[in-house]
Amino acid sequence: MMNPIDLSINTDLARQILTGFIHSEITRVGYSRAVLGLSGGLDSALSCFLAAEALGPDNVLALRMPYKTSSPDSMEHAQQVIDLLGVQSLTIPITEMVDPLFERFPDANQMRRGNAMARARMIVLYDQSEAFKGLVVGTGNKTEILLGYTTIYGDSANALNPIGDLYKTQARQLSRALGVPEQIIEKPPSADLWAGQTDEGELGFTYAEVDQLLYLLVDQRYSPQDCVEAGFQAEFVSQVVERVRRSHFKRILPPIAKLTNRTIGYDFLYLRDWGT
Amino acid sequence: MKLTLALAQINTTLGVLPANLEVHLTKIAEARQAGADLLVFPELSLTGYVLQDLTPTVAIHPSSADPIFKPLLEASREIDLVVGFVEEDQRHRFFIASAYLSKGEVLHVHHKVYLPTYGLFDEGRFFAWGDTVRAFDTRFGRLGMLICEDFWHASPPYLLWLDGADLMLFTSASPGRGLNREPRLESARWVDHINQAYASLFTTFIVHTNRVGYEDGLNFWGGSTIHDPNGELLVKAPHHQVALTLAEIDLNQLHRTRARLPLLRDERTALVMREMSRILGEGSPVNR
Repeated sequence: MMNPIDLSINTDLARQILTGFIHSEITRVGYSRAVLGLSGGLDSALSCFLAAEALGPDNVLALRMPYKTSSPDSMEHAQQVIDLLGVQSLTIPITEMVDPLFERFPDANQMRRGNAMARARMIVLYDQSEAFKGLVVGTGNKTEILLGYTTIYGDSANALNPIGDLYKTQARQLSRALGVPEQIIEKPPSADLWAGQTDEGELGFTYAEVDQLLYLLVDQRYSPQDCVEAGFQAEFVSQVVERVRRSHFKRILPPIAKLTNRTIGYDFLYLRDWGT
Repeated sequence: MKLTLALAQINTTLGVLPANLEVHLTKIAEARQAGADLLVFPELSLTGYVLQDLTPTVAIHPSSADPIFKPLLEASREIDLVVGFVEEDQRHRFFIASAYLSKGEVLHVHHKVYLPTYGLFDEGRFFAWGDTVRAFDTRFGRLGMLICEDFWHASPPYLLWLDGADLMLFTSASPGRGLNREPRLESARWVDHINQAYASLFTTFIVHTNRVGYEDGLNFWGGSTIHDPNGELLVKAPHHQVALTLAEIDLNQLHRTRARLPLLRDERTALVMREMSRILGEGSPVNR
């Protein structure tokens, strides 16, 4: 049996860097406010806690965007976060936005429905971004980004992401340190796109397992064979490696076909913070 | 001889020279007010760090003819300064550079020799590498300057030591990375270790100014330090916060430490030369 890998982090340091990041990246472009979707789950609660600390709760707008099948617990947990932090909030159901599409395509599978819901939420978030004059703060963690367990242009769409370099295990540790309610930390992670859905059920492995494997593959630059020698099942390793490879398109901008001497994405290189 | 050093742990505006100049002039006024003799700014303090295609647009030449350097040279009549910038030479090569300004003159310019081009770094794509490591004389004695990756290699501090530098001024724009259980990032721990080691091995003063702030997702961790010739930490600026950190150093500590520990006296430089020639010579292991 392999030794467990210690993924624990210094939460004070993470908190300092991430609140500083949110404050810097929002204020330097002339904004002072943030908008984010609050699902009732751990990741969005964590982003909301960090944003409220970085900008002040009055400057954060948390959106609850339920579909008719969303779990009532999710709504309740999101409300707990709103009440605890004192952030501004709106509840904007997406049922009326997506149901006409589903009526047009009654045979659409869960994947299509889930993606459409995630993208409807993106539309609402970016609409409120303009209305509230706040930037959209992302809520995706490193595990789900690496596994591609996201909807491109849906939940992956944001202006800045404070928690995208924290594995799920680490996001959970930081959430606990910041005071996210224990019920939210303890419940099984779920995209809540249909009743009874859980991340771990859908992925086929636990975050505790896959975080350790990803840490070796990505952070420690282990080869897949090194990971097997470290005690991971060969099939699990190849499944995860392939998942990371196949989902890479979700992590980069679409390639532009190069024709000229200077092409966006290849040799037109500036940070977003250019001039600020 | 006692000397008050000031470390300007600043944030920068990416690619906007006039905005960064303003920050410099403010810090210079503060440091003067506090009685500093020498104020050290971080790497690329006048431009910001991840310049990429901004590099040629922010490149300047350190002289009183330059509108950015003119006020800095004026200010250097009252307080010695180290500033970081991009230098464009006569052949239009771009260097990451540090200039030492004193009494209205540019006393020395160092071009960064080691340009990290791996991991998150891409300096070799945009910059030419410097080709000299030289100590230089100032009103406080003989000093040396290095920039970030220069002192991740052991040879540049060693060369400055042999060239007579008893006070080494290191500057960085070091992106924070390596979060684990410890209260310091791995990048911060590493730099603290090597700075303490250089101070100890070379029985010299090691001054390090790092910047703070963010550029896109990168954080710069600050934590500027001064170590004395005994390898003791004299002062440390906070992590991740803008700071002006002052410390008085006593150059007579060099006398006391080296009387006890004559590492410089005993350094076998001729042996180093002989063995280096062998190691790098024809038929040597390196060339096999």
